[in-house]
Amino acid sequence: MGDTIQGTWKVKVSFVQMLKGGVIMDVVNAEQARIAEEAGAVAVMALERVPADIRATGGVARMSDPKMIIEIKEAVSIPVMAKARIGHFVEAQVLEAIGVDCIDESEVLTPADDKYHINKHDFKIPFVCGCRNLGEALRRIGEGAAMMRTKGEAGTGDIIEAVRHMRQVSEDMARLKYLPKEALMTAAKEMGAPYDLVVEVAETGKLPVINFAAGGIATPADAALMMQLGCDGVFVGSGIFKSNNPAERAKAIVEAVAHFNEPSVIAEVSKGLGEAMRGISVSGMREEDKVQGRGW
Amino acid sequence: MRIGVLSYQGDVSEHMDMISSMGHEPVPVKTGRALSSVYGLILPGGESTCQGKLLKRFGLDEPIRERIRLGMPVFGTCTGAILLARTITGSDQPRLGTMDIEISRNAFGAQVDSFETELAIRGITDNARYGLGDFKALFIRAPLITSAGPSVDVMAAYAGRIVLARQRNMLACSFHPEMGEDDRIHKYFADMVEEYSNIAREVDA
Repeated sequence: MGDTIQGTWKVKVSFVQMLKGGVIMDVVNAEQARIAEEAGAVAVMALERVPADIRATGGVARMSDPKMIIEIKEAVSIPVMAKARIGHFVEAQVLEAIGVDCIDESEVLTPADDKYHINKHDFKIPFVCGCRNLGEALRRIGEGAAMMRTKGEAGTGDIIEAVRHMRQVSEDMARLKYLPKEALMTAAKEMGAPYDLVVEVAETGKLPVINFAAGGIATPADAALMMQLGCDGVFVGSGIFKSNNPAERAKAIVEAVAHFNEPSVIAEVSKGLGEAMRGISVSGMREEDKVQGRGW
Repeated sequence: MRIGVLSYQGDVSEHMDMISSMGHEPVPVKTGRALSSVYGLILPGGESTCQGKLLKRFGLDEPIRERIRLGMPVFGTCTGAILLARTITGSDQPRLGTMDIEISRNAFGAQVDSFETELAIRGITDNARYGLGDFKALFIRAPLITSAGPSVDVMAAYAGRIVLARQRNMLACSFHPEMGEDDRIHKYFADMVEEYSNIAREVDA
């Protein structure tokens, strides 16, 4: 028998590959976590307030109470993720110490560092980070993120920003593919992205890690839309537990993602779900109320 | 040869790439129609609670059980092995339950405890047909086979616990051969499928 090694890039990336085609749901307590697992979520994101409530209550949003995260871990058998503030590597150390499976360095929480993100290579567990374009995605991957997600505009129930960010990443990748090799360093400079990753994307035509959709998904059709746009899976934050029938809606979104290319299945699972989260239209929001600009 | 991969969720594309690179035709399986077109089926890694529930909700569980009963080779990796297991320790989650093994989920702990190691596999790493030498295996929130019935052939163990086993046409492993470069276990499975497809074609003719 050979040596056993832990926390390698391969081990981190393999974990997130297992989430593909799945739905990750925000939950604030053990009961919601059980509902999510029962609906078929591939993981839960444990946090004290869903983004819609963080928006409503204001103040500084921080890492959740470890006690509450541990309670959620004990309630379900699926992976448990939790959020750390951008740049707050001690919150990340705490989350690793209590055994969460993956850390979201998230713009939904109030950033702790206005210049730097966490050096994610320092950790044995994988990180997911948000992006609005390819340059931002490759910066985070350069820092060690094993998984990306669109930022969207969290807590709004409005899909437009997630769509915008997904299309932007796809367009940025398509552009690289047609650039001559000598143009790639300039492209890297313009995007503010590591050159070797820019070259890799130009060659393969895809992101080096998987990319989920997040920020504004509220219905089974929203989730399937993001899958058809090329995402590997979806995060649903406020969209489930801010609707009036969370268990049914959660189940319907899981089924829509599994059959994202089959409109008749999406129609069937969308029937009679009751009201979706009321939401906020992003076009009417003030710039300073948006969280997607946090991080760089 | 058409080999299916259950495609509701998980690392489907890695298995599809393995099948293509061996010169076979991968088929994503989400429906009974796709299932009836394949000579073998891979159950990929992912989340077993999610995949088991979807199998049941979309009514594909019984058709797969029936094909397995009729001899179609099936290969479960990690989550796939959980779905094949007759007994899942402490859980009544939906499964296929066709293989006479008991399996314990997340037997090593959380993701921080996931690891890579090298394994000797009886019938594969000691078989010149596939190529000699230990197999690099990735264990991701991995399950362990805690007991196996008399007709189950144990092919590999890690720290004294079963991690790869075969019962007739069913192959189950608790790690992820699809995540690496080494395709020897997939080749072994393709041989099972080849053997079955020859018999099935004779019966059809």
